Amino acid sequence: MEKNIVLTMRGICMTFPGVKALDNVDFTLRKGEIRALMGENGAGKSTLIKCLTGVNKFEAGEIHVDGIEGPIVNKDTLDAQKKGISTVYQEVNLCPNLSVAENLYIGREPLTKIGTVNRRKMNEMAAQLMRDLDLDIEVTQNLENYSLALQQMIAIARAVDMKSKVLILDEPTSSLDDHEVSLLFKMMRRLREQGVGIVFVTHFLEQVYEVCDGITVLRNGTLVGEYTVEELPRVKLVAAMMGKDFDDLASIKPEGEKDMSHAPLEIEAKGLGHAGKIKPFNLDIHKGEVVGLTGLLGSGRSELARVIYGADRAQSGTLKVDGKEVNIKSPLDAMNLGMGLLPDDRKAEGIIGDLSVRENIILAMQAKLGIFKRIPMAKQIEIADQYIEMLSIKTATRETLIKQLSGGNQQKVILARWLATNPDFLVLDEPTRGIDIGTKTEIQKLVIKLADEGKSLIFISSEVEEMLRTCNRLAVLRDGEKVGELNADEMSQEGVMKAIAGGGANG
Amino acid sequence: MKNKKLKINSNNLLLIITVVLFVLMYIGGCVVYADKGFTRLQTFLFILIDNAGLICLASGMTCVMLTGGIDISVGSVVAMDCMIIAVGIERWGWGSPALMLLVLVVGLVFGLVQGWLIAYLKIQPFIVTMAGMFFARGMTAVICTEQVSITSDPFFTKLSGFKIEMPFGIGAYVNKKGIPQIPYVRVSVIVALLVVLAVFLMLRYTRFGRSIYAVGGNQQSATLMGLDVKKVTLKAYVLSSFLASIGGICYCLNTMSGTTTQATGLEMSAISSAVIGGTLLTGGVGNVAGSLFGVLINGTISKLVQTHGQLIGAWANIVTAVLLCFFIVLQAVFVKVKERKKA
Repeated sequence: MEKNIVLTMRGICMTFPGVKALDNVDFTLRKGEIRALMGENGAGKSTLIKCLTGVNKFEAGEIHVDGIEGPIVNKDTLDAQKKGISTVYQEVNLCPNLSVAENLYIGREPLTKIGTVNRRKMNEMAAQLMRDLDLDIEVTQNLENYSLALQQMIAIARAVDMKSKVLILDEPTSSLDDHEVSLLFKMMRRLREQGVGIVFVTHFLEQVYEVCDGITVLRNGTLVGEYTVEELPRVKLVAAMMGKDFDDLASIKPEGEKDMSHAPLEIEAKGLGHAGKIKPFNLDIHKGEVVGLTGLLGSGRSELARVIYGADRAQSGTLKVDGKEVNIKSPLDAMNLGMGLLPDDRKAEGIIGDLSVRENIILAMQAKLGIFKRIPMAKQIEIADQYIEMLSIKTATRETLIKQLSGGNQQKVILARWLATNPDFLVLDEPTRGIDIGTKTEIQKLVIKLADEGKSLIFISSEVEEMLRTCNRLAVLRDGEKVGELNADEMSQEGVMKAIAGGGANG
Repeated sequence: MKNKKLKINSNNLLLIITVVLFVLMYIGGCVVYADKGFTRLQTFLFILIDNAGLICLASGMTCVMLTGGIDISVGSVVAMDCMIIAVGIERWGWGSPALMLLVLVVGLVFGLVQGWLIAYLKIQPFIVTMAGMFFARGMTAVICTEQVSITSDPFFTKLSGFKIEMPFGIGAYVNKKGIPQIPYVRVSVIVALLVVLAVFLMLRYTRFGRSIYAVGGNQQSATLMGLDVKKVTLKAYVLSSFLASIGGICYCLNTMSGTTTQATGLEMSAISSAVIGGTLLTGGVGNVAGSLFGVLINGTISKLVQTHGQLIGAWANIVTAVLLCFFIVLQAVFVKVKERKKA
């Protein structure tokens, strides 16, 4: 093994039922290096980490760790720890009901001569460790008495004290505030000086450039490349994550866009926010306008829409619908205000597999009326048939169970469900994901048609081209915050990429 | 910065409340029923004697509940144990030491099976131990459907009747007939208190004990911190069934008989004692000392109802119910406060 390299993974493959989660992925980490592992949600970051720590069993490939002969396979997390690979997860994985000292040493407590836990020695060791790391923590206190950031530090301290050569930080910053993040970075730099190799999994671009030396990018379970920070400026990083070659980006200019900014407002959000999900944002949507939400997966696109719709109740700010201030407590309130939401995870949140196409279509309508005002069967049949025809839903009969339909047709059924409630405002979260091109185009056309009818829409998609084709205006999200808007004349692939990558970009 | 002086956390606060409640209740009993001998030390010792078996059960239950589980088979295990001992002595002609050993082995095996199903096959503890409950109760009847009194084993009879008197005649009194009495406890009480002490030390000072808390605190974290969660869980259930068998022997020493309906609902008393003693049903928080006081509170309630003389025993259930509600609400409040502090 080359000198200074502390960890190499070669040709890692891993399959989940029906999905190739990792395909021939390589990963290299040097001593005293902080390497960012980047990729959109579902790119395979977590899967790769889990292969490394023994949580997942990979099918092919080799892992080498400095100081150990031959390829290693970790049976479980404990095994990985013994080989010097420690992980600190996004959720603090410690026990809140135990003391700080116990959390640091559980499973490897110092023992007395008769084999019982030597609590005094354990507390002394813990206190010493905290002093070494400059943490002001009373080790005999229960962990739950400390803030999340400090808990995270304690988790790292635990990992460090186990003489780790490789420290994996899996999205450690997502629940920390700015000050806490800087504390964490201080600690990371300190460990880097001590020669620990750190894998930093995050989706915060700024943080990557603040603290990392190298970047490894994954996309759809494959390795895009291993870079140094200098090689990969922000915009190129975003392009790599989204699978675009930045240099080849043609400035596709969408045609026939309408400026809707003079139409009356349908939605007026001021300072809406939900802690930990989306920072307070302002957003106006005019009648007959399609507003696209763009950003990397996990940047807060869905969260923003969910806050407006009330699926996550807004914790701050005001919302006006059609000029009137409203207080949306639940999705039902939103529905009664003429709103609809097509969730991105249609399996989990959208379809009810064991109900028929007809039942799935009238579901939202029925919910809006309340369960005591049953829609007459004749009416149900009429509505179902109307939408099956209108959206050309391919189903054997209207009574076929929805789970027997293809993904694209399921999507159309859910769309029909919301259209049946005749909403004024509709959120479509990834309506075209995983469906064929033909259906995609139909749905895009339908979106434009709905807008022409005067309905307002939020359209969310990972495909920039599609957004450019369908939207009048784009709102850009990054790291859980709305960072800007692009008007029709600013909308181009290149412009969108730059906006997503964010200011201060050196590319 | 954090308040470092915050020594009373919710954990021992619940315990303190339990102890205070017990003391208040007992003093209340002493004041109201002073003329009926409630102030005598012997009355308190009787509570211990009556509940020696339950104390063992509650100790095991505490360990299981600390892992976030439950074991509702223990009452039936007690019944089965009593029946094995009674029938063993009276019908099979076995010696009682061999039978007691057999009962302990049965307890271990019982716990192994239940624990394995729960820990390794990930079946709900409630379901598994409910099956265990039916099985043990069923086996009790299969062994014998009649009531069997233990009369023909001198050693067992002696053990049952053996009085351990208070040293130096502490708490001596004169009974109604004017004969001076020295307060005493039975062997079962010594066994039960040793069990509590052992479990207390085990929970506090051994790796296994601390692992129980870790598993109950956050199972996923415990796994990721490298603890063998399955093994810890298995061991907790083995411990519970084993202690239930010790409890069964203590119980049998008190009743000196085996019947199919014996110790019905004793598992519920054990659970309520643990809860009143501050053990959270969600796991991770609790203490066997609390469970001991939980048993004492339950025992005191029964004793008070009994001493009153006019009330039916059902009143004890109602008071227990009220107390249980009080403690569960209290625990819920603590959890809420904790969450709010975090947010």
